[in-house]
Amino acid sequence: MRDLDRRTFLRIAGMSLGAGALYRVAPALAAPGMGADVAGSLKRKNGEAIRPFTFVQLSDTHVGSGPPLNPGGTAAFERAVETVNRLGQPPDLVLFTGDLTHDSEEPGEPARRMRRFQEIADRLRVKVRRAVPGEHDAGLDGGAVFREVFGETHYAFDHRGVHFVALDNVSRGKPEVGPEQRAWLEADLSRFPRTAPIVVFTHRPLFDLKPEWEWFTSDGEEVMKILAPFENVTVLYGHIHREDAHAVGHVQNYAARSLSWAFPDPAQAAERKPLPYDPARPFQNLGLRLLHAGAGPRPAAATVRPEEVELTLAERSGTEGFAQLLRPSTL
Amino acid sequence: MSTSMRTAVLAALALAAVAPAVRADEPKVIEIEAKRFQFTPSELTLAKDQPVILRLHSQDVVHGFYQKELGIDASIEPGRTTDVQLTPHQAGKFVTICDHFCGAGHGNMKMTITVQ
Repeated sequence: MRDLDRRTFLRIAGMSLGAGALYRVAPALAAPGMGADVAGSLKRKNGEAIRPFTFVQLSDTHVGSGPPLNPGGTAAFERAVETVNRLGQPPDLVLFTGDLTHDSEEPGEPARRMRRFQEIADRLRVKVRRAVPGEHDAGLDGGAVFREVFGETHYAFDHRGVHFVALDNVSRGKPEVGPEQRAWLEADLSRFPRTAPIVVFTHRPLFDLKPEWEWFTSDGEEVMKILAPFENVTVLYGHIHREDAHAVGHVQNYAARSLSWAFPDPAQAAERKPLPYDPARPFQNLGLRLLHAGAGPRPAAATVRPEEVELTLAERSGTEGFAQLLRPSTL
Repeated sequence: MSTSMRTAVLAALALAAVAPAVRADEPKVIEIEAKRFQFTPSELTLAKDQPVILRLHSQDVVHGFYQKELGIDASIEPGRTTDVQLTPHQAGKFVTICDHFCGAGHGNMKMTITVQ
């Protein structure tokens, strides 16, 4: 096998499919055989080769919320489930990045809302689903009910050569990960070489996006220091109810649209007020909007349009032979 | 000890006891009440470079008190007083938020600190 060129990349390709974001993980195919070379190199260095797969991120379903905040209720969530189910090739995983439910202080209601969330999520033909809580799920009780229903609020798992890390930055009440979880993260990642592809999924942004709107994590900088030695890190998050892409060093951070209501652009708006709801366009600014962005009636079968989420090329020092590229999927 | 000397010592002790309360450079104490979902007062004006103590109380649940640029990051627990010592060196308007999730109106719980 020939030596890998330092400009050879592992690609984590992402696209907005309207129902959230669909990601395709595969070695680059810049030249014949290149993908296999990258996969082989990764197997030697990381212990496991990348095998192509896709996954979907869904976020901020806020089950239990209603008018006036969320006139559409669970409509966008339910439609997202249908959309994912209509994909020609089902994704391997669905990741939920928090605020699965809307908070309630009525006894028993948070658990009821979480069960309602599960009823809808169970319609997904994708059986591997992972979630982190948002502050509306876990901010009032430290995540107690969330743990009863969904399990731990932070954990890690491997899938086809990619290491996934679920980080909880809501259960302490404040927007922080906390020293115990940071120590766990450091220990968890210590067994990986710096080339390992890592996807962190969490609720709040791990950087100061807009602190006065509570769009930050107070110890996010310390988390980024733990992630910094790793060359291929993607952070997926929700909370802000709009798409966003932001690099912290070489760590790429992407926010998904919500499946409830949308917030305005913080660079333009003075206040964090939900964007107005238009009953004629109930999915405007939500995840589902992009699916039918073209003119004409809604197609009978979902057409997944290769809308570009973001094009970000992070070319590393290259000594290990790959970096990552988030770009539209060709699926 | 003579009577006059005892009197002088007592006078000195009395002066020492009250002196801290009347020092001109003592930081001003400003009381701030937090309850779901508002701070009282909701607006505060401070003098640039003048030290103050923000004395925080919660009337109900745990709240946060966070302002990144002023370096404020405090928790306000009910039944306890939380003092934040602050000497603002930068003029401007600073939105200060409750960053400890406290319920349905949490997202709108904020106050404005104006430094001039």
